[in-house]
Amino acid sequence: MEKRAVFKSWWLPILFALPQILLILLFFYWPAIAVMKWAFTLEPPFGGVAEFVGLTNFDEVFADPFYWNSVAVSLIFALCGTCFTMLVGLVLAIAVDRRLPGSGLFRFLYILPYAIAGPAAGMAFRFILSPERGLMASVNAAFPDFWNPAKYGAHALILVIVIFAWKWTGYTFIFLLAGLQSVPRSLTEAAAMDGAGPIRRAIDIQVPLLAPTLFFLLVIMMTEGFVGSDTFGIVHSTTGGGPNHGTEVMVFRIVDEAFKGLNYSGASAQSIVLIGLIMVFTFIQFRFIEKRVHYK
Amino acid sequence: MRLTVLQSALASLLAATAFGAGPAHAEKTKFEFWYGLSGDLGERVQDACKKFNDMQADYEIVCTSQNSYDTTLQNTIAAYRAKKQPAVTQIYDAGTLDMMLSGAFVPAKKLMADNGYTIDWTNYFSGIANYYATAGGELNSFPFNSSTAMFYYNVDAFQKAGIDFKPETWEEVEEAARKLKAAGFDCPLGFNFDTWQMMEQFSAIHNQPIATKGNGYQGLDAELIFNKTKFVDHVKFFKKMVDEKLFVVKTKQLGMDIVPAFASQTCQMIQTSIADHGTIGKTLPEGVKWEVAMLPVWKGTQRQNSLVGGASLWVMAGRPEGEYKGAAAFLNFLATPEMAQWWSTVTGYIPVTKTGFEAMKANGFYDKAPYKGRELAIASLTYTPTSQNTRGIRLGGFTQVRKEVSTALEAIFMQNADVQAELDQAADRSNAVLRRFEKTYAGQKLN
Repeated sequence: MEKRAVFKSWWLPILFALPQILLILLFFYWPAIAVMKWAFTLEPPFGGVAEFVGLTNFDEVFADPFYWNSVAVSLIFALCGTCFTMLVGLVLAIAVDRRLPGSGLFRFLYILPYAIAGPAAGMAFRFILSPERGLMASVNAAFPDFWNPAKYGAHALILVIVIFAWKWTGYTFIFLLAGLQSVPRSLTEAAAMDGAGPIRRAIDIQVPLLAPTLFFLLVIMMTEGFVGSDTFGIVHSTTGGGPNHGTEVMVFRIVDEAFKGLNYSGASAQSIVLIGLIMVFTFIQFRFIEKRVHYK
Repeated sequence: MRLTVLQSALASLLAATAFGAGPAHAEKTKFEFWYGLSGDLGERVQDACKKFNDMQADYEIVCTSQNSYDTTLQNTIAAYRAKKQPAVTQIYDAGTLDMMLSGAFVPAKKLMADNGYTIDWTNYFSGIANYYATAGGELNSFPFNSSTAMFYYNVDAFQKAGIDFKPETWEEVEEAARKLKAAGFDCPLGFNFDTWQMMEQFSAIHNQPIATKGNGYQGLDAELIFNKTKFVDHVKFFKKMVDEKLFVVKTKQLGMDIVPAFASQTCQMIQTSIADHGTIGKTLPEGVKWEVAMLPVWKGTQRQNSLVGGASLWVMAGRPEGEYKGAAAFLNFLATPEMAQWWSTVTGYIPVTKTGFEAMKANGFYDKAPYKGRELAIASLTYTPTSQNTRGIRLGGFTQVRKEVSTALEAIFMQNADVQAELDQAADRSNAVLRRFEKTYAGQKLN
């Protein structure tokens, strides 16, 4: 029989929930409503009378080729970042799961980058991967202009994806390791006795059983890549969206438009589109990919 | 009974406190000042605040750096919307129109008149005052840290390369660059994509418009036309020089910006603010000879005055009456000749008033080694009376416009994009910014 707590008075549960409700109202719904209002008006920076303009802000956003550029950049960034963090995280997790000597130390080392703030990681990598002084300087000396993120948009995009992946691989690693450790030993041991090598065991037994974890990480990492605070922090501290809009992800563009351009209305319209996009992605993921996931 | 004893004790205590807080121990009126300067320059602002607090007993100014000009404007806006604005805030040149139309400030002249100070507004250099004044010449904000762009060159390198002239025209700069290159200098002239020197100052001294309607002074319906002026040829010239490796792009993203490039003797010529004069003097090794000159012009050009850069101080509306007395006292204090001279000496910014400049000239300030050359900034700013094109730039969302232009320059110099096509696109995009600004402030008139 199920045990559940029953509140005798109606106000007690509400009282317990109240702090949470207030916080959500204050920090989520209130700003969200302001953004909704601004997206349909022309909000003067210092406040005052804002005129209702209907969908004009959205029209302007969609008519801007650099807006579509930022959508494409965001997509590439989130997709590459997700693939990289999950693949590398999985390989590392399988390696550590084999309990070789020192796996405890590696578990600690792999998770460490996650604790470093995005902008700090960005600053560090700006030096590590600087074309003139960093690791790539010797490569550049042999092949001039081989690596130059200040000049080529593609290089700059690789740079920010690498930083993002470096930061978040530890996160996927921890989840995947936990998932692997919940796979019954008897299954892999039985497979080993039947003569299946480590790679076959991973592909046929471990990964399928990890499906729920992998799906969870896919949703989280795609969302993080699109709207995560690290995405903004990394781009802001390394490339500043450049060169020539090459790394201008959607979140960076929104902050830039709002605070540099003082275009609160346009930025609000972009935020709403971004929220819509995230909802569509999440829906697609749950609708089509979750069907292939088998929960135990 | 006990209660009454307690009550009387409390009452007498209160009375004592009230009595003690008589005129002799009056609370100082505190007010806030936000500024955008940081680092060494930020410290000097703190010094100024301390001097003010030390010399009078009625007010206390609390000065807080917001780290950069952009964030100062952003934070001022956020604070104003939350009704927690500082009494005084420092806003950079590009934010001037945003402030003017905000309705969120007390005009400089009104503030001083209301608080019984008489200021000779004609004492400000007109090139400086016009930037921050209404079209009718009424100052809205107080010019504070003013600068203009200058041309810096390494005299030692010039001598080694056998150059025996001071570069006054771009033709001469090209000649000098060729000789420097031939003498083995890798970076004869370094530049970045900051539009302030390359577009705004260039356009002013060549009397070229950046936008119609007198660079926006005559209405919010102005349109950017920098893609149809001599500026285009100037960018093409830079492109040619870059292709011949005579001019070299130096940016922070590439590892070194122009000021460190000049100070480390990597590059032998740069254009940058007079405010960097102090830093460069301090950084270059002892014994290296270098000089500043006014920005070069193209041969045959009638040189015009250059534009003022830097920031001005705005007094925000909606503060308690008492704070305005303090703010007026502070601004009056900054305007005294002694303070103006102190500020100019410790920073490199130019004195903003004629009397301030005359006083510094008279006591031989500009003859001494580390400060020599700074007077040329005043000469550049006051070279001619201001024209429609050199009065200033009065365009909304100008930060965004600068960004559009510098992105275009980046594409031109880093990715070989077509000069005219990129500048046309930047102008189109900038015009969209102006149109949005015009709509946002529909019905408001520039005064």
